[in-house]
Amino acid sequence: MWSFYVTAILLALSFFFDRSKTKKALLLAFKKFIFILPSFLIMLILISIILFLFPQEKIITYLNYGSDMVNIILAALIGSITAVPGFIAFPLAGILREHGISYTIIASFTTTLMMVGTITFPVEATYLGKRVALIRNVIGFIIAIIVALLVGFYFGEIAL
Amino acid sequence: MKKSGEKKEKRKNSLNRFMYLAVVLIYFIYIIYSYIFQISSGIEMGATLVSFVFSMGKILPCAFIIIGLFEVWIPREKVEKHLGYQGGLGGYIWAIILAGTMAGGLLVALPVSSALYHKGARLSVVFTFLGASAVVRIPMTLFEASFLGVEFTALRWLISIPLIIISSYFLEKYLSKKKFVIK
Repeated sequence: MWSFYVTAILLALSFFFDRSKTKKALLLAFKKFIFILPSFLIMLILISIILFLFPQEKIITYLNYGSDMVNIILAALIGSITAVPGFIAFPLAGILREHGISYTIIASFTTTLMMVGTITFPVEATYLGKRVALIRNVIGFIIAIIVALLVGFYFGEIAL
Repeated sequence: MKKSGEKKEKRKNSLNRFMYLAVVLIYFIYIIYSYIFQISSGIEMGATLVSFVFSMGKILPCAFIIIGLFEVWIPREKVEKHLGYQGGLGGYIWAIILAGTMAGGLLVALPVSSALYHKGARLSVVFTFLGASAVVRIPMTLFEASFLGVEFTALRWLISIPLIIISSYFLEKYLSKKKFVIK
């Protein structure tokens, strides 16, 4: 809710100092919003279909116990297509941890969850173009694998 | 040569638009149909759609208004000085601080990054900002640390941030040879 107050205060200040500038700002905001609206709509449609086809709680139970490369990549793939927000994913990750799933796998899953967005891809491609959006997501995937390996090494789950 | 290319582009665009309208139309017809004839799959999808519209409706208008205010109030020179080529390493640090304190994740970070770019932020700083907005958001990080431990979270930060900066730098280098612009 604080974002609402911050916006209101900034808007009021702007209006106080310069009315025409504020009007221009609102017009710009509206234009930018309209620009991205079609991609947002496609994204929302995708989310609703994916959440229906693959219920999120179930997806997470596919995470495996082993910390070998196959499981790391599997966890990364699951994280890439999952759309759960952090406030659901992290408590779940905490539960998984208690059930003995390794830090390696959790790191792989949560990092791709945050860095790779299959569902947000239409929106990202609208701003960056398909090619660069794809490159950025692949980089995110690779970074997640590196993070998982180093986390595993640090916690002694992976031996060199 | 150029003209036929344009024509091709135009045809591709109108085809894309047609596909887009078809997908949206079929989807909504299915949802409405499901509500009328009580088909659970469509009702469930419709409910998800509505809940996401509401949760995004709370944050997106604010985000776009702040972006609009940024566009009219912040002078280009300021952005160039701190986030542009003159900014040096400081630009990356600013990008990470900005990303860490921002709400809304990638969907807010994308229009913000577009605004920064058009005000003169260099590409590698913009990509660092986008990458960081995924991994270092402070409210989310606190949450993560409380469930997985401070050690885990600190480690994840320490590894991912340098990798994000390095990869953003090389992505900028790679794109500088192409005609790349952020919309």
